Amino acid sequence: MVENRPWVTVLTHCFLILGVLVTAFPIYVAFIASTHELKALLQPPVPLLPGGALIENYTRALGEGATAVGVPVWRMMLNSLVMALGITFGKIAISILAAFAIVYFRFPFRMGFFWMIFITLMLPVEVRIFPTYKVVSDLGLLDSYPGLTIPLIASATATFLFRQFFMTVPDELAEAARIDGAGPMRFFRDILLPLSRTNIAALFVILFIYGWNQYLWPLLITTSERMYTILIGINRMLAVGDAQAEWQIIMATTMLAMLPPVVIVVIMQRLFVKGLTETEK
Amino acid sequence: MEKRVVFNNRVLPYVLVTPQIAVTLVFFFWPASQALLQSVLVQDAFGLNTTFVWFDNFIDLAKDAQYLQSARVTAVFSLSVAFLALSIAMFLAVQADRVIRGATAYRTLLVWPYAVAPAVAGVLFLFLFNPSLGLFVHALRALGIDWNHSLNGDQALMLVIIAATWKQISYNFLFFLAGMQTIPRSLIEAAAIDGARAARRFWTIVFPLLAPTTFFLIVVNVVYAFFDTFGIIHQVTEGGPSGETNILVYKVFHDGFLGLDLGGSAAQSVVLMVIVIVVTVIQFRYIERKVHY
Repeated sequence: MVENRPWVTVLTHCFLILGVLVTAFPIYVAFIASTHELKALLQPPVPLLPGGALIENYTRALGEGATAVGVPVWRMMLNSLVMALGITFGKIAISILAAFAIVYFRFPFRMGFFWMIFITLMLPVEVRIFPTYKVVSDLGLLDSYPGLTIPLIASATATFLFRQFFMTVPDELAEAARIDGAGPMRFFRDILLPLSRTNIAALFVILFIYGWNQYLWPLLITTSERMYTILIGINRMLAVGDAQAEWQIIMATTMLAMLPPVVIVVIMQRLFVKGLTETEK
Repeated sequence: MEKRVVFNNRVLPYVLVTPQIAVTLVFFFWPASQALLQSVLVQDAFGLNTTFVWFDNFIDLAKDAQYLQSARVTAVFSLSVAFLALSIAMFLAVQADRVIRGATAYRTLLVWPYAVAPAVAGVLFLFLFNPSLGLFVHALRALGIDWNHSLNGDQALMLVIIAATWKQISYNFLFFLAGMQTIPRSLIEAAAIDGARAARRFWTIVFPLLAPTTFFLIVVNVVYAFFDTFGIIHQVTEGGPSGETNILVYKVFHDGFLGLDLGGSAAQSVVLMVIVIVVTVIQFRYIERKVHY
């Protein structure tokens, strides 16, 4: 603060607290709804204080799921977790290798490969939905974990991030490694990989959230209930037609769907901010 | 920029790039070329006959009233989301930059909606604005406003804009705050000594110096509103009522998957690809170079 004007400070805090409250309100309401019986939610107005059905709702959601979807939420969370981790590790692995090849070797078509990777920036899943769907179905990967993950793991941004980072690694390290008789893979494993630790961790946070929150792709390729990710499960729980949606279970599932990525962002905030600002800019 | 020290190996580099290139070829280039190809073909209802029709699919699109409506809805939707999310985030970032105590705490409390999936944001707001049991609906009814987004197109559009904005504020906030923290304190202090009040300092120093961040965020927000909000639309309105929230991405999905019009859907995909390419080129060419001090 440049000037010392106490009432401005108070006002500033008021605005910030207001912002925090507005941000948190929808989630607060969702949490409250997940602690009530359905009966209480159907009689307006919706309660704003916690009810007594918290444990009951969450055990039912995790153990059985909603009546409209015959799969328990733990199974959907497992699917989401497998997809998120598959995308995260897959992306990191293939892009760190590609970046290593592009930075530390000279070979024909090097720049060609670089541009091929670069162009994928321009083709998000959303613009090539059907042809990609067709490829995956021709490969027989519908309703499978590879089908959920592999089409999403090619990433130009991660490759760029690693390329940028490798460029800043001093040449002397590679020189010393070579003089000591280390081959390229030895150099990669013993020097480059440990140096990239923070970058990998930052990418992990961003990519895990990206993977966990995928919606359109699982919506297309999962038809069997056993393969639903949690976000698709929520959608199916809502689509009950004329029947009454089980809001208490839906809201409990929604809270569970938010939990892993939110916890990761809050706990690893420093890495998250680093990952975000570096992958995007 | 090139490395001075490199390794010599004829085979290894190809082995190393193979996984990424293979995935890229199979899941990017092949599908994209299929989309391009399909966009100039017409298939009959049983998939038996395919005819080459030049640009008829695109001409049909340009004449299609529904497509034009979808384009208009997308424009209104993405501009509203970008404008609201950017201005609210900038306002909050200015406040957070000003406080000395608790700045990190506020950042933590404002940032986490980034981790909430668009589809989940949709459900949260669907519950708040549910015509029969929504909390806000009852509050609005007390004010004499009858809310039913499954019948009223304007309300539906407003609802998805609110949900999409709520989710995007945290992202913009982070970038604005980071941008403001790089502005030298001495500039602000010098202006204050010269007698410039807070508002003047913001418009003449902070805002212009933030221009690169702002331009970058405009691009990101528009792209977000174009593509990432699919989950919100699908959960909340499914494009309805009568196409009032049918944004382009949702229409591709709807026409291709539910309507089975593959040629038309592919043509729409190609239009979207062109939009993404234009935006990316603008981002790399124009913004990176022109907005610098």
